[in-house]
Amino acid sequence: MSISIDKLKCIGCGKCSTVCPGSLIKLNDDRRAYIKYPKDCWGCTSCIKECPVYAIRFYLGADIGGMGSLVHTEKDGDILRWIIEKSNGEITEIDINQKESNKY
Amino acid sequence: MKTEKIKTDILIIGGGTAGCYAALTISEHSDAKVLICEKAHIKRSGCLAAGVNALNAYIVEGRTPQDYVDYARKDADEIVREDLLLTMSERLNSVTERLEQLGLVILKDENGKYVTRGNRNLKINGENIKPILAKAVKGLSNVTILNRVNIIDYSVSDNRINGAFGIGIENDTFYIIEANAVIIATGGAAGLYKPNNPGFSRHKMWYPPFNTGAGYAMGIRAGAEMTTFEMRFIALRCKDTIAPTGTLAQGVGAKQVNSLGEVYETKYGLTTSERVYGTVNENQEGRGPCYLRTEGITPEQDESLIKAYLNMAPSQTLKWIESGKNPSQQNVEIEGTEPYIVGGHTASGYWVDTKRATTIKGLYAAGDVAGGCPQKYVTGALAEGEIAALSVIDFIKGHTSAAIDDELAKEKISEAERFLSKDSASGFTTEQLEEAMQTVMDSYAGGIKTNYRFNEKQLDIADAKIQGLQKLSDGLHAEDFQELMYIYELRERLTVCRSVIAHLKARHETRWHSFAENLDYPEKDNEHFLKYVNSRYENGELKIIFRDLVKGGESYEHIN
Repeated sequence: MSISIDKLKCIGCGKCSTVCPGSLIKLNDDRRAYIKYPKDCWGCTSCIKECPVYAIRFYLGADIGGMGSLVHTEKDGDILRWIIEKSNGEITEIDINQKESNKY
Repeated sequence: MKTEKIKTDILIIGGGTAGCYAALTISEHSDAKVLICEKAHIKRSGCLAAGVNALNAYIVEGRTPQDYVDYARKDADEIVREDLLLTMSERLNSVTERLEQLGLVILKDENGKYVTRGNRNLKINGENIKPILAKAVKGLSNVTILNRVNIIDYSVSDNRINGAFGIGIENDTFYIIEANAVIIATGGAAGLYKPNNPGFSRHKMWYPPFNTGAGYAMGIRAGAEMTTFEMRFIALRCKDTIAPTGTLAQGVGAKQVNSLGEVYETKYGLTTSERVYGTVNENQEGRGPCYLRTEGITPEQDESLIKAYLNMAPSQTLKWIESGKNPSQQNVEIEGTEPYIVGGHTASGYWVDTKRATTIKGLYAAGDVAGGCPQKYVTGALAEGEIAALSVIDFIKGHTSAAIDDELAKEKISEAERFLSKDSASGFTTEQLEEAMQTVMDSYAGGIKTNYRFNEKQLDIADAKIQGLQKLSDGLHAEDFQELMYIYELRERLTVCRSVIAHLKARHETRWHSFAENLDYPEKDNEHFLKYVNSRYENGELKIIFRDLVKGGESYEHIN
């Protein structure tokens, strides 16, 4: 379970690093975020929800059946949009209105 | 080493569900100065970091708090504290309303009433439950929050707590915190046993891997009486993603089936431990793998499930999307996790009275570290945070603690300095010893490897090996304060492991399959073991204490 951070997109705001419940994300000397302990990621996606430039993706490790898809979220008012990019380029978007409850 | 001394009226250790709510409650009823120390950042710390998609403890219309007590007592086969369960249950609905006022979205019908799921659950959008709680606490004038400060030990003198010691992992600071009273509200203990997927995804586990049992370990070391560490919690989860199954079982009524398609859950019983045990047994007898039968659910249910999991365990939704099959097209494979110690689900933790006072004066416990009161979930943790807060406000009126002993502070600082210096390093890494601990617990103390089963001889081996690892941990080396935290976390877990082993060994029966499956005593023994197994650390040894059950209508009080 881990994340990858796009260094080119990262603006060095440090929000991901602040929020990580495992203190796993650090800023390098150029103030770019990186995950220092990738095996220790819980997969909570807190960092992804914080990133203002959508530079962070999470993926499932191959040891738990991951097939290389990358996930991130984008915020649009009350909508939290989950965007899943499969390795074949196929994109799935799922909108969740945060003002609406789960039905189950 | 940089040191900082802080004085506060009330120290809250752990800014999770119980800790945040305790701070909020104190602020509403008192001007006392509160300090919350949180090892991560309260916005997304602990078990609710990714969110939660239901409130599992609520008294629905037509039910009473006593019904909830009865449910929890039955699920734990009598080994619960009814006085604690009742005082918690009486507050479940008021804390739920408060949570809604703070901003949590709860599903309501056209008449404005909460929509319930079964007898005890409410449907919510809980993705942002932790930011909501954090925001409520952040604006309070009498509350200070120290993020990324990991408390490593209490300061206790003559069985009276007067503060704690901590390390700031981002500012390389050693904290000496003096407090008149302390609420311990840390999480349970993950990472004691080898996890389901010990490789790259070792932390893809049910409970947050960052909850390492600090609250238990500090209490054990300080000589607090602890209870029911033998009632381990093993979660039945979706395979690989270790995502929760309740939404499938209760939300869309998915039954547990084996590979022959037979519904097996009715064969073993429906308590939490029986659901795990049944799955283990079906696999052992050659009818695995086991599944939750979701095939055939409606497209609308598919869509709702995919969204519900994004609000709590997004990896499961990813799994469905990656496979190109929705839950209606494929059953969800399930498995048991490695065992955890977690008082919010089972009954392990501090031995407390109804005020949530521990046996150490001035120390109160709430949430996952408070024992005797299982099935708390989110709302129960809030309720206990509230009870502990009200008790502490009352306590500090008549009591003042002594200053922290300088010698004790020096001792703790020099211990930290020793780990940071290379001089006494043995060459082993914290990671190596952590893996060794998990292997020992897995092999000899009823881990996944042995289908959660153990016997006394194995437990003796486990204890000897864990003691050996404790000695080896003296020689660990940390390059920085984060690595220093890892050393303390490992040592906490080793301490908790020893208590788990001692408790498992003391209960000469098998009351809960899988949770405590003692092969030397495979049957339940109501004649001798309708009792709590408690323990206290005295002169380097864990002393086991058997206590009579506190039943309905009774209320336990500490006698000092």
